[in-house]
Amino acid sequence: MSAVWTGLVLLVVACYAVKLAGLSVPDRVLEHPATRRVSDLIPVALLGALVATQVLAGDDGAVVVDARLAGLAVAAVLLALRVPFLPMVALAAFTAALLRLLT
Amino acid sequence: MPDPAPRRSVVGQALGVGVATGAYGISFGAISTASGLSVLQTCLLSLLVFTGATQFAFVGVVAAGGNPLTGAAAATLLGSRNLFYGLSVAPLLRVRGLRRLAAAHLVIDESTAVAVAQDDPVEARRGFWWTGLSVFVLWNLMTLAGAVAGTRIGDPRTYGLDAAVGAAFLGLLWPRLSSPGARVVALVGAAAATGVLPLVPAGVPIIVGGAVAVLFGLALPRRTA
Repeated sequence: MSAVWTGLVLLVVACYAVKLAGLSVPDRVLEHPATRRVSDLIPVALLGALVATQVLAGDDGAVVVDARLAGLAVAAVLLALRVPFLPMVALAAFTAALLRLLT
Repeated sequence: MPDPAPRRSVVGQALGVGVATGAYGISFGAISTASGLSVLQTCLLSLLVFTGATQFAFVGVVAAGGNPLTGAAAATLLGSRNLFYGLSVAPLLRVRGLRRLAAAHLVIDESTAVAVAQDDPVEARRGFWWTGLSVFVLWNLMTLAGAVAGTRIGDPRTYGLDAAVGAAFLGLLWPRLSSPGARVVALVGAAAATGVLPLVPAGVPIIVGGAVAVLFGLALPRRTA
């Protein structure tokens, strides 16, 4: 077995174990009031971080401002106008694609 | 915000996120085979590891001529955020036995994002499974396409799909920003994640941003958060 195959098998096992471990926390921990307070905050905190990294992360950890930010701005305007989810996402993608085509 | 058709809405969100993210499988497939992995190895990574940034990290180390075991270790570190995702979705999913084993495989950025964005636990479960499965199916089909066709299909960024993923996450966040406290927590999460981007490996800024924002939220007076 080549080294790539060994690395691949180890990676498969480790990544699955990590995912399963998170799901296997006992109920009494999940139902603790402190856990509940934290889990109320997690969606907003996590989504804020996800939006920022998705839009600003470049290669090798650089912070990059490009067409993605324009797409996000369009998304924010459309959300404020209560445009539904899928057209909003499609128009954000279209904005970024168009900007890249023109620049 | 009351939604007249929550079921349709959460499935729509899931499919939107699934298409935008799954398309990136093409990049992974093309980069992986260009890095010297076989088509079989490339497809097995997407089928069995199934956590995007981690897969890119592994083939990146192999492409740079690094030891694949070191690559596996670094890539696992990157995938460790799935542990926290599992913690976040566990109270929503409440899965046991075989269903837990299946759900664990689908614990990724996107399925967690859609699940935690729902107010109702039933919608959260539906969002998790629909997103996880739609990303899984598309990510693997696109990996195969990219691995076989190489770079000829083109870069998903040409179609603005990277912006689509950011917009989708913002769309999930938006209905939760009604209170000033929530807006501050979201901004702190975004700022902290951006601040550490140059300092830590890919994937970690999400955890740092999320953790800083949660701690910040805990320090806020209860009524504003």
